[in-house]
Amino acid sequence: MNGFLQSLYQDLILEHYHRPHHRGRLERASHTQEGINPSCGDELTLYLRVEDGVIRAVAFEGEGCAISQASASLMTDALEGASVARARELSEAFKAMIRGEPPSDDLGDLALLQGISKLHARVKCATLAWTTLDAALTD
Amino acid sequence: MSPLDPRALRRDFPILERTVAGHPLVYLDNAASSQKPRQVVEAMVDYYYHHHANVHRGAHTLSVEATELYEGARMRLARFLNAPGPEGVVFTRNTTEALNLVAASWGRANLQEGDEVVVSVAEHHANLVPWHFLQRELGIRVRAVGLTPEGRLDLEALEAAISERTRAVASFHMSNVLGTINPVRRLADLAHAVGAVMIVDGAQGAPHLPVDVTAMDCDFYAVSGHKMLGPTGVGGLWARPAILETMPPFLGGGEMIRKVSIEDSSYAGIPARFEAGTPPVAEAVGLAAAIDYLEGVGMEAVAAHDAALARYALDRLGAIDGLTLYGPREGERGGIVTFNLDGVHPHDVASALDAEGIAIRSGHHCAQPLGAVLGASASARASFYLYTTEDEIDRLVEALVRTRDFFKAFA
Repeated sequence: MNGFLQSLYQDLILEHYHRPHHRGRLERASHTQEGINPSCGDELTLYLRVEDGVIRAVAFEGEGCAISQASASLMTDALEGASVARARELSEAFKAMIRGEPPSDDLGDLALLQGISKLHARVKCATLAWTTLDAALTD
Repeated sequence: MSPLDPRALRRDFPILERTVAGHPLVYLDNAASSQKPRQVVEAMVDYYYHHHANVHRGAHTLSVEATELYEGARMRLARFLNAPGPEGVVFTRNTTEALNLVAASWGRANLQEGDEVVVSVAEHHANLVPWHFLQRELGIRVRAVGLTPEGRLDLEALEAAISERTRAVASFHMSNVLGTINPVRRLADLAHAVGAVMIVDGAQGAPHLPVDVTAMDCDFYAVSGHKMLGPTGVGGLWARPAILETMPPFLGGGEMIRKVSIEDSSYAGIPARFEAGTPPVAEAVGLAAAIDYLEGVGMEAVAAHDAALARYALDRLGAIDGLTLYGPREGERGGIVTFNLDGVHPHDVASALDAEGIAIRSGHHCAQPLGAVLGASASARASFYLYTTEDEIDRLVEALVRTRDFFKAFA
């Protein structure tokens, strides 16, 4: 296993993959959004409970690769308790990082996925959760 | 004793000399697209450097030469498929376009509400979606037949599914996921017994098996050039000429007409009626060179080499703890081996292998209904060709063991 792969699949990413946070269905969700990656068939359902412009609770279901599952898990950690405006900012910042821009300071653990910006075949895996969030918040 | 010498053949494929991630490339994604020998690329270069002009429409020397090369390619493809003559060969972009042509032209002219097209659950999307169009448009029904536990077409279920409502049986020659080879002659006999046509998706069959549309007694056989050592952008449909004669045009434009006025147009005979616009001439020339190359090696030898590699790969992969194989383990099959590593998603497997220079396919392989049947919406696929060696399969096996152990360490 070479260094590039080890830097991609860091311990914390594999930890999120094997023991994802906020996995499951959310009762009394205000937003339920399905996301799909047609090129590989991976599917994700994102649940949000938004009250007074703040994401009070978040959860996701779905099957996918380590990158997509870890990305979804990391995203839910970042969203819990965040305002909708903040969630949109994070989404833009995350996608900018995946496009190859330097990660902004406030991405925290989300910056662990920076390596994906060099692995074009896997960009859609890393961004599936975030594009699903974008779709959920367009209403 | 190997039926062919892959090491000698590899010298004709410059891309196989390159490295990926610092490792010699191991290219095991041939079911998606094959690599090209020099002979194919050089034939296309020679065409563009010395013979190019538009076909069928000039009195000048270059147009005549280009036309001869293009029609020569049609004759070579007809001979490769053992068709009775070139008039049943229509050049298309690929298998997908060929199957869309059958559905759009033959299907619209011959199908009506309540008619059934019988397929298998293992079809490529290219042999499902065009029929779904007609399901919506005409109210036909797409009826799918299942597989036996070992992953072959369930012939008893097929016989039961075929009825007087069946107008077409449409299935693969070789499955692009399981490596299963269909007994096409048997399917054609069952179809013809109820007056239905037999449509064969030959995307994997033509590159890897001897094809004889006359002996198969099929009515349509669709191929892609790029999977059989040829260039992208050219494929073909062979259709039984008596049926092709009755079919309305697919696309309209130049080359496919007899006479056009402002009020109306009449159409050319076959196969020109189905080739509107300037065709992929250089690509057809490349495809002819690919056919020459394959015939030089011999399709019996190619099929035997693929089968020997499949047996070797199934033995070696089957011995890996935590690896699940899909598709037939015994008997006749092609060089396509699909699998999953327990607890590792196939995309992660593919990225890990890519980091060692090994190219495989991961995902649904454009056969989502089959994924549902197998209980694996995504899987990893290694597919072989005449230049694949046992050493490359050894490298695959070693890398898979490392991948399994890397991901297992965190589970």
